[in-house]
Amino acid sequence: MDTLVNISSTVLLLIGSFLFLSGGIGVLRFPDFYTRMHAVGVTETLATSMILLGLILHNPDFMVDVKLIIILLMTLFISPTASHALANAAIHNDLSKQKDDKPDDEVKPSNP
Amino acid sequence: MLIAATLAILVVMIMATIRAVMGPTLYDRVLAVNMFGTKTVLLISLLGFVMGRPEFLDIAIVYSLINFISVIGVLRYSGHFTLKQSGEQKK
Repeated sequence: MDTLVNISSTVLLLIGSFLFLSGGIGVLRFPDFYTRMHAVGVTETLATSMILLGLILHNPDFMVDVKLIIILLMTLFISPTASHALANAAIHNDLSKQKDDKPDDEVKPSNP
Repeated sequence: MLIAATLAILVVMIMATIRAVMGPTLYDRVLAVNMFGTKTVLLISLLGFVMGRPEFLDIAIVYSLINFISVIGVLRYSGHFTLKQSGEQKK
């Protein structure tokens, strides 16, 4: 039973790490703002849930589990709200008309 | 395994920093900073378990709330005139 819990915790942490790395590569390499938002959304809900579930299975203490569940619930409520507000502000400020080769200020994008 | 997940989160935080520096629009920067904040919450949680002190989870809860308030504050401010003008007309 203990071995099973350890193996499942390791597998969940591995899946979470893989999703984190794929989301980071997507943030760096996707061509548009909305596609980058998709990559960030994958890391903010699914990978965070995987890592926190792995940590919950990892430790036996009850109060620590309660705190981890609080962090998980807050993340699952907060990150879609922030993503919605960000997309809402981007659409209301006509971001879809801006392309990637027109930077907003003095910082030039190196290679889009 | 915890150390491997911590290293993966550190690599992703470096990637988010690169996107925040070279992001073409303002919203890319806000997106990257938001991603950096949520990854910081997970990094604090994982470091608490790596160092054997799970009391770090309280700091992670507080950091999650601070990150949410900061992002919502910046975006509410961007709905008004100042960031809109600097994002669209100052090219």
